[in-house]
Amino acid sequence: MKRYVIVGNGTAAVGCIEGIRSVDKTGEITVVSEEKHPVYSRPLISYYLENKTDLARMKYRGDGFYDENGCRVLYGRRAVAADPDQKRVTLDDGAVLPYDSLCAATGSRPFVPPFEGLESVRHRYTFMTLDDALALEKALTKQTRVLIVGAGLIGLKCAEGILDRVADVTVCDLADRVLSSILDADGAAVVQRHLEAKGLRLLLGDSVIRFDGDTAVMKSGKTVVFDVLVLAVGVRANVELVKSMNGAIDRGILVDVHMATDVPGVYAAGDCAEGYDASIGKPRVLAILPNAYMQGYTAGVNMAGGAAAFDNAIPMNSIGFCGLHVMTAGAYDGEQVEEKQDGALKRFFIKDNLLKGFILIGAVERAGIYTALIRDRVPLDTVDFGFARKTASNIIYSPQIRRKKFGSVV
Amino acid sequence: MKRVYVNEEWCLGCHLCEYNCAFANSGERDMVRALKGKKIFPRIHVEGDEKITFAVSCRHCTDPICIKSCIAGAISKQDGVVKIDRTKCVGCLTCVLVCPYGALAPGENGTMQKCELCLENSCGAPACVTGCPNRAIVYEERSDAQ
Repeated sequence: MKRYVIVGNGTAAVGCIEGIRSVDKTGEITVVSEEKHPVYSRPLISYYLENKTDLARMKYRGDGFYDENGCRVLYGRRAVAADPDQKRVTLDDGAVLPYDSLCAATGSRPFVPPFEGLESVRHRYTFMTLDDALALEKALTKQTRVLIVGAGLIGLKCAEGILDRVADVTVCDLADRVLSSILDADGAAVVQRHLEAKGLRLLLGDSVIRFDGDTAVMKSGKTVVFDVLVLAVGVRANVELVKSMNGAIDRGILVDVHMATDVPGVYAAGDCAEGYDASIGKPRVLAILPNAYMQGYTAGVNMAGGAAAFDNAIPMNSIGFCGLHVMTAGAYDGEQVEEKQDGALKRFFIKDNLLKGFILIGAVERAGIYTALIRDRVPLDTVDFGFARKTASNIIYSPQIRRKKFGSVV
Repeated sequence: MKRVYVNEEWCLGCHLCEYNCAFANSGERDMVRALKGKKIFPRIHVEGDEKITFAVSCRHCTDPICIKSCIAGAISKQDGVVKIDRTKCVGCLTCVLVCPYGALAPGENGTMQKCELCLENSCGAPACVTGCPNRAIVYEERSDAQ
């Protein structure tokens, strides 16, 4: 019987378990879970603070998930060493787990820059795990003034989640715009105006020079007085386990389209992994949930002796901020084509007869039709893109293609 | 399994499927009470241009990308039917971003809803099919090869 060890217990681990079980119903699966919770939907922690969900509904899988899949879960344990020759992993309590194949689904951790005076801040938090959210929740009252460092996806979702339960929220970022990793200047300006209208205070193009207790001194000379600090500057992939086995590392653990590392029998998936990004044709860490699941599933199938490849991964995000929906996908490379309707914005990036990427703000209906054009590399001269740029619709396809899509099993 | 298929040559673009869908999922017994004067949120919608129209609803794919992408773990497959647990959905619209058919749209409260083939409501079989005046929408078994 094959022995599988999965280090990590998030979305990639679930994908891995389900991938293994699609091939091998009986092998022994052991999951090493540093968090003391069964798998939960991590991107929902901001919705939890916003009272849009609760701990019961945040369960990513049903209560019987591990039992039904024959998994042993070791909660509160960390893998501290691994021996690729003997094929075994050592845990922090000294336990040794032998494996035939191993998946590193170790995720990422918040990056905390060495700010001067950071230790003088009494209430400081990061915002990544359920425990982070629960700890932050305890520190918040209607009178709390919050400073969030980082106006990226994590910082802004945190801001949205707590906006209505505190006195005020200020978000600062070194970048001169919000969501600088996924939006261009115009798009960011739309989101910024919306957030400011909802009461969020933004300090952009400015950074903290030092903390002095409850005061942040900014580069611009401004000061921000706060009760609670949230650090959402960025994340770092947890690569250490595979690095200790001399696996190739870049910004994440390097994997091929089968999710195999260059260490025999060792795979990696999720936010810790750096796989092939089809939108740029190069490896890149794509720290998004759909990618974590699909990488995990691919790894699982291959670990169990099946054959799976995940070769059409692209960055994509669907995210709402205080009622405004933003969707982005692919690479912002090529000629720009733009549609503006009633305050909404659609911007497409076209190159070599292919849709390479898009930014949609406020007009997101049926956006998956656009995403499919990117992922499936559909030549744009075979569809009516003139129609599509205004309205995402299946009318853009030929009747033959439509018959296939809507007249057969897909 | 039986799925909903469309024959666009027969579609009149009458949008009755949308009304029948909204009624079937309203929980009301009277169509007028369920729909009159209200904005409807059907799980099937008619697309097209001046010449061609056709209805689009969930394809119940063999390998659904919406399930893999849902950040809340709210979408699952049960006996081949792709279902959504609306109590878990937080309305992030990631499923809208990934569905290649554009088959999903949010309901009135902002959480997602989708075609579940009327198996859970009182109809027992897709109301869009039953009510289609020109048999442009059918509910039948087709093989993968077709």
